[in-house]
Amino acid sequence: MTNALPVELDPAVIEQLGRELDEIYDSTIADLGERDERYIRRLIRTQRSLALGSRVVMLAGASLRKRGVFGSKVGVRGNRAGTALLGLGTAGLGLAKVLENMEIGHNVMHGQWDWMKDPEINSTVWEWDTVCSADHWKHGHNIVHHTWTNVIGMDRDIGYEIMRTTSATPWNPVYLAQPIYNTLLMLLFEWGVGVHEVDFEKLAGGTTEEKAEQVELFQGFFRKAGRQLAKDYVLWPSLAGPGFVDVAAADAVANLIRNIWSYMIIFCGHFPDGVHLFGKEVVEDETRAGWYIRQLLGSANIAGGPRFHVLAGNLSHQIEHHLFPDMPSSRYQQVAPRVRALCVRYGLPYNSAPLRRQFGTTTRKIWRYALPGGKDTVSEAPALRAA
Amino acid sequence: MSVVSTARARVTDVVNLFATPLKASHYVELVNPLWSSHKLQARVEAVWDETKDSRTITLRPSRNWRRHRAGQHVRLGVPIDGRRFTRTYSISSSPERRDGCITITVKVLDGGRMSGHLVRNLDVGSYLPIGLPQGDFIVPESTPVRPLFITAGSGVTPVMSMLRTWDIVGNMPDVVHLHYAPHRYDVIFGSELEKLGTTRHRYRYEPVLTRDGADTPSTDHHFSGAQLDELCPDWRQREVWACGPQSLLESVEEHFATAGRARAVHIERFRAPMAEIPDDAAGGNVTFTTAGTDGTAVAALANATTPLLRVAEDAGLNPAHGCRMGICHTCDVPIVAGRVRDLRTGELIDEPGRAVQICISGAAGDCEIELASRLEQKELQR
Repeated sequence: MTNALPVELDPAVIEQLGRELDEIYDSTIADLGERDERYIRRLIRTQRSLALGSRVVMLAGASLRKRGVFGSKVGVRGNRAGTALLGLGTAGLGLAKVLENMEIGHNVMHGQWDWMKDPEINSTVWEWDTVCSADHWKHGHNIVHHTWTNVIGMDRDIGYEIMRTTSATPWNPVYLAQPIYNTLLMLLFEWGVGVHEVDFEKLAGGTTEEKAEQVELFQGFFRKAGRQLAKDYVLWPSLAGPGFVDVAAADAVANLIRNIWSYMIIFCGHFPDGVHLFGKEVVEDETRAGWYIRQLLGSANIAGGPRFHVLAGNLSHQIEHHLFPDMPSSRYQQVAPRVRALCVRYGLPYNSAPLRRQFGTTTRKIWRYALPGGKDTVSEAPALRAA
Repeated sequence: MSVVSTARARVTDVVNLFATPLKASHYVELVNPLWSSHKLQARVEAVWDETKDSRTITLRPSRNWRRHRAGQHVRLGVPIDGRRFTRTYSISSSPERRDGCITITVKVLDGGRMSGHLVRNLDVGSYLPIGLPQGDFIVPESTPVRPLFITAGSGVTPVMSMLRTWDIVGNMPDVVHLHYAPHRYDVIFGSELEKLGTTRHRYRYEPVLTRDGADTPSTDHHFSGAQLDELCPDWRQREVWACGPQSLLESVEEHFATAGRARAVHIERFRAPMAEIPDDAAGGNVTFTTAGTDGTAVAALANATTPLLRVAEDAGLNPAHGCRMGICHTCDVPIVAGRVRDLRTGELIDEPGRAVQICISGAAGDCEIELASRLEQKELQR
């Protein structure tokens, strides 16, 4: 039953709340049409043009820096212009990768655009521009994380199995180093996501079958990563000839921009102060309405303007995304006020704050829980049971 | 030769690696969608109204399209309200056409969602997904034939492609063409056919106006043995290509079968031939479900003769589908409970778990159909 949830609401009231959320979902899905189709097609076109354009600008910058095309006298000016173009291309490519991974890739792979019946913009065939293979990610993310969100011992995304983010996890001296590997994870985020699906415990000590399965996962990861590395660090740089290193470095910076940004947005989804974690008893006989409440309590939004939401892949609407994972992301801004008002009416918390607060408390938590002890802070709201 | 093609494949692989995880073609597409090689599209170049309710659409297919043979058809996708729908249309232009374009001619069907959209709302300059040409409704290219064409309404389209080809090449065989239409001004390609009848002496055009001068429908002018004897006395010496409504095709097939000439008849249909459904056959409440933990159920009321695919679409769903005539099996989904009827054969299917072609199956009582579930598809992908 839903009593295991930390809320003081009658089961009947919880079911009614569930029906209201169903109604928000149904009415939005029924309204999908040409406008939404135009949005995603235009976004994909823009993103691809930006990616290609940025690479061309980058190449032009790199060759300008090496050759000083205006001859020796204006060589310095050429060099400066080349550096500027290289920087511009890098920023553009970083932005293109952010858009591709978040607002496009993540959301397409959730099946948000499957309703269009486009054979390409489809969750079953989409592949994204990161070292993580789409198939691995879809299993770990769509099935495991979205189903068992914030259930300790079931959701592998709580601290990504390497960090202690709650006092419920017993302390261990290894966690002393977690501020360091948290920083490493931020810088190398795509690699962390890439190997996340591999279960190292099974790889080391599992049955033969389990080991074989993990090895297969690893091979899939290496194939994908190999192609990505070849593209960013061999093929495109080689087009720049003597500017090889410049372009390889620029690509590395673009990947770094994407890594840091996606890390920040994604960590703000479930780690800021106020977010609830649950014991396994919550999901026993959990109803759809109970699942809704768990998603509500376990997610946090980042407040911001429309452009910020697009850059964040609308994961700044983490609450709406967790309630309706396959609703087109372009609709989250529209349903957010309805969800928020519903939370107020039922006395439930709606964890939304600017990036500096959400990211600040997330980082503080990671540092604090490196040490033993710690006290989990959960949001307060009328319907919540006193902790 | 093989060395060259292997080398070319290598180069393509390397070029594609620049675009990984996409293909280079995804970026070429940004410049001109018709240059892409990873999918087939066609640009709408022109539209032209043939009659009050039919329109010819000139399409320029992408570079990797394969030239059709006269008489073949093509699958065309059109997004309506953001959702893609697919239908099959005969190509009415000749493969000898020099500008690389093809034409299809679409007639608005009663309640036809896609035909209505194509005839009324299509914008010149838009791009549509298209398939490769398919179909065996073709005339042998080299062996001499003496065709008898029997067409009605928009069934003239594949035959038009053949006639235009012979006209361009200048090798018109000895053709008799019976074409049925209600009124003179309803004849698709009417003036072109008449002109062909006067300029090409080996082509004899016999229009049959089934309702001319009369407001009420009658069957007086419909296809019959007597009519055929009168208009084409040497029909026993001819090979027949027929395209048109189901009733016409049935009488043509029956007539030639009785005369022992069934093998000389080639038929092109745009709907699966439907079995006689008993008058007292009842439909029922259909529940379309998706399996898995994100499962949803949509209920709809269906009569005995409407294909379940259409029922699902009218209920706001958009199940995967292709030909809509029971050929391609794109729409196969399992029946969970209840009973459905194969509308082509009348066969009743009530075995849970059996795949049902929903484009040619109707409800036979209450039933539950499981549409492909998203989660299940994902699991299969792994």
